[in-house]
Amino acid sequence: MSDHILEIRHLSKAFGSHAVLKDIDFTVDKGDVTSIIGASGSGKSTLLRCINLLETLTTGEILFHGQDVTKGKINQSSYRAKVGMVFQSFNLFSNMTVLANCMIGQQKVLKTPKEDARNKALYYLNKVGMAPYINARPDQISGGQKQRVAIARALSMEPEVLLFDEPTSALDPEMVGEVLDVMKSLARDKMTMLVVTHEMAFARDVSSHVVYMADGVIEEEGDPSVIFTNPQSLRTREFLKRILGD
Amino acid sequence: MFAQLISDIGSLWEKYGSVYLNGIANTLILATVSTLIGCVIGFFCGILQTIPCGPNENVIKRVLLKIVRIVIRAYVEIFRGTPMILQAVFIFYGLPYFFGVSFKDIWTVSIIVVSVNTGAYMAESVRGGIMSIDQGQFEGAKAIGMNHWQTMLYVILPQTLRNIMPQIGNNYIINVKDTSVMFIIGFSDFFAVHKMVSGAVFKYFPSAFMEMIGYLCLTLLASFLLRKLEKKLAGKPDYELVNTDQLVMTAGTYSYPSEAGSPFDEVSKDYKGEKK
Repeated sequence: MSDHILEIRHLSKAFGSHAVLKDIDFTVDKGDVTSIIGASGSGKSTLLRCINLLETLTTGEILFHGQDVTKGKINQSSYRAKVGMVFQSFNLFSNMTVLANCMIGQQKVLKTPKEDARNKALYYLNKVGMAPYINARPDQISGGQKQRVAIARALSMEPEVLLFDEPTSALDPEMVGEVLDVMKSLARDKMTMLVVTHEMAFARDVSSHVVYMADGVIEEEGDPSVIFTNPQSLRTREFLKRILGD
Repeated sequence: MFAQLISDIGSLWEKYGSVYLNGIANTLILATVSTLIGCVIGFFCGILQTIPCGPNENVIKRVLLKIVRIVIRAYVEIFRGTPMILQAVFIFYGLPYFFGVSFKDIWTVSIIVVSVNTGAYMAESVRGGIMSIDQGQFEGAKAIGMNHWQTMLYVILPQTLRNIMPQIGNNYIINVKDTSVMFIIGFSDFFAVHKMVSGAVFKYFPSAFMEMIGYLCLTLLASFLLRKLEKKLAGKPDYELVNTDQLVMTAGTYSYPSEAGSPFDEVSKDYKGEKK
C-alpha cells in the first residue's frame, strides 16, 4: 500500500449541467503542505468541500489511506473526524464558549473523557494563542481570533490532514498575519495541510507543493519554486503576473 | 356602582376563594406541562423533518423519510386546522366510541390534547427556526465528524431554542388562556370555576371580572418570566480572561506564534511522543 494519505482520482463535480471540476487527480502525502491557487470560480473551494464530503462528487473517488470514502456511509463521520476543516467564515458554534467549541467534537465524536478533552483543547488553544479567551463566546472575539479558535477546534480532533478553505479571505488585512503565523507554525510541526488560498506569499514560502487550478482543471502543479519562478503553462504565467503585479 | 361590584367580589372571594385559587393552579399546571411536552413534540418533528436526504441515499431510507414527512405534515395541518375544543371532544368521547377505551383521568386527556395541539404549532416554529440557522453551523459540525442527531442536539437545536423563544412564549400565553376550553370535558380549570360559581350564585359579572383580572395577571407574570429566560439564554454579555488556570499561559506574554515559532512547538513534539 502507498503512503499517500489522500489520493484524489478522476474527481468530477457538476452542479446541474455546469461542470465545476473536471477529472481532478492529485495526491497528498504525510507532511505535505499543498497550496491550491487560482482565480475565483476555478473550483478550488468546491474541490476542498468535495474532499471533506460536504459536496457529493459526480464521479471519481477519494482514497484515504487507500480506502475509498465516497462509497458506504458507515465511515463518513470517522473519516471527517480525521480530516479537519477550517472554513472561510469560521463556522464556530455560536451557542458555545471557545473552550466548548474545542471540546464538543472530542467528547461526542471521539468519546474522549471530559478532563482529557479539556486538556487537549487548552493545549491547542495555547498553541494558537487563544487560551485566555476560553470563556468568551464566538460573537465576542475578533475575526482573526475566531479563525485561530477554529484552527484549534480542528486540531483538537488531532486530524491527519487539515483542510483550509480560504482561511484569511474574510479577515481584515491586519488580522491576516496572525492566522498565517499560526499556519506557518503548523507547517513547522509537519502537519499535513491542504490550503486553498489567495495569499501568494504563503503558497510560495511555506508550502511544499503548489497546485494551480483554472476552469475546473489542474493547469499546473509542482514545487513552489518552479511554479512561481518558471511556470510552464501560459495561463499560470498570466495568473501569477496578474496576482503578483509584476 | 363600583361599591356594589367590590362588595360582590368580596363576598364571592370569601366563599369561593380557595376554589378560584385551585382553578388558577390547575390552569397553570396544565398550560406549563402541555407547553413543555408540546415543545418536545415540536423539536422532535423538527429534527425528523430536516434529516438530510440526497438523491444518493438508499431507496428504503428515502421512502421512510417521505412517509415521515407526510405524517408530520398531516399531523400539523389537522391539529392546527381544527378547534382545540373539538379535538378535546373527539379524543374524550371518540376513543370510547371506536375502541371502547375510556379515560378515567381528565388530567391525562387534557394534557394530551393541549400538548398535541401545541406540538403542531411548535413543529412549524421549530422548522422555521432550524431553517434560519446559518448553513455554516451545520457544516462546521459535520466537518468535525458529528452525525445528524449530534449536530442537531448539540449545535442546531440550542440555537433554534434561543431564536424561537418568543414563539414558545406566545404559545405558553395562548395555552394559559385557551386551556379554558377544556371545561367541555369537565376539566376544572380557572374558567370552569367561573361557570360553576356563577351558576350557583347568579353573580355572572363580578365573577367574570375576577376571571379577567386573574387571567391578565397570569399572562403578565408569564411574559415577565419568559423575558427573563430569554435574557438568560442569550448568555453573559461579557467574559473574563482566564489567567489563573495552570494550563493557560498568562495573557499578554504570548499572543500568537511569531516568525521564530511558538513556544509550544517543542512541547508539541514531547506531547505527541508521550502519547505513543
